[in-house]
Amino acid sequence: MSVHEQFAEDLALYALGALQGEEQVALEKHLKDCAVCPRELEQLRGDMALLALSTAGPTPPRPARQRLMEAVAREPRVRAVPTRRAWWVPVPWFAAAALALVAVVLSRQNANQEQRISLLQQQSAEQQAQLRRARDVLATLTATDAMRVTLVAAKTPPQPQGKAIYVRNRASLIFLASNMPMLPAQKAYELWLIPTSGAPIPAGLFKPDAHGSATVIDPPLPAGVEAKAFAITVEPEAGSAAPTLPIIMVGAGE
Amino acid sequence: MSSAELKGSSADASLLSAIRSGDENAMALLYDRYSSIVYSVALRVLGDTSAAEDVLQEVFIQLWRNPGLFDSSRGSLGAWLAVIARNRAIDALRKRHPETDIGDVIVSVEPDMAGHAERARVMEKVLGALGAMPRAQRSALEMAYFEGLTHTEIAAKTGEPLGTIKTRIRAGLLALRKAFST
Repeated sequence: MSVHEQFAEDLALYALGALQGEEQVALEKHLKDCAVCPRELEQLRGDMALLALSTAGPTPPRPARQRLMEAVAREPRVRAVPTRRAWWVPVPWFAAAALALVAVVLSRQNANQEQRISLLQQQSAEQQAQLRRARDVLATLTATDAMRVTLVAAKTPPQPQGKAIYVRNRASLIFLASNMPMLPAQKAYELWLIPTSGAPIPAGLFKPDAHGSATVIDPPLPAGVEAKAFAITVEPEAGSAAPTLPIIMVGAGE
Repeated sequence: MSSAELKGSSADASLLSAIRSGDENAMALLYDRYSSIVYSVALRVLGDTSAAEDVLQEVFIQLWRNPGLFDSSRGSLGAWLAVIARNRAIDALRKRHPETDIGDVIVSVEPDMAGHAERARVMEKVLGALGAMPRAQRSALEMAYFEGLTHTEIAAKTGEPLGTIKTRIRAGLLALRKAFST
């Protein structure tokens, strides 16, 4: 059996795209060195073309032609391409290889950039959403037209009340007051942070509205101070460095 | 010789040359000549008109983009398109990326497939050759060709030895060739 006969059946399978693995590798290697088998492969493909004709009959739907011609019209001008026989010319080959490499690198970089942009866009969208929520909370807390209701035990006359929410690590403080008595002229209430050690720290001046409500949001405070209690005094409008007695309201942390 | 008398391959060469220079009308003429071959083989493989039309569009738009893919000095355009369409349809059927560079596919066949009358004659002969084949041989050939099954898959499906299936597939293709050599 000649070497060509040995490959004959594999050649038919190869033409059909059915040959795989080692058999495919061996045949492709043989095709490069053989003068006879490539010709037989072309003939086998010719046989395949004949078999295709056994299906002839159906014609494509009429709109298919229109779609193709529209696609053709959208395509950029046809470029002349080098014939496939010219692949061995060394300089263009290296140039093409270099270009292909550059294209791969650029395409990867581009993909990375696109990924980063997409990530940043996602982060930005998340931050904007958080900001919107924070603004909504703040707007509700500080709205002048907000309805402020303090719930107490039934039949208890309204009492002045204050609620401080303090986050030590972030030195953030929100204070809400209700039913505060009207102030004398040129006076203001001052909120004090009473630390576990040291002197009281001013934590904001406020004047209640006509309903006795007031809000203090994030007054300037030193960072990391541990609070034992919060207190309110009446001070001059400009505020004081130290509380003026008496303390009219006080509350300790739970 | 008038253009009407040109042999199919010469007419194809002029059409391809016009396509190379960007002539859309030449593309339309080429489509009219070969779309039914491309479509019918894709439809037979895929069994779905919409998927077959996708193959049809892909094959022709590739030719428009790159007419140099077909080497007109080395065979018939109709035969080349038929083989490319069959291979693309099998790729679509098996949901795999195109495996062969179509520029590497050279198809050598005797009969001219450009004209409708010639094609009708070829089809008649092919159907005759298929009809004359032993049933098992025709079945193995059609499974490999239209279903894209490998010889291993066909052997598993039919319960027959691998070597027998290989022989039947090749013998089936050669029988088709023989029908045109006499």
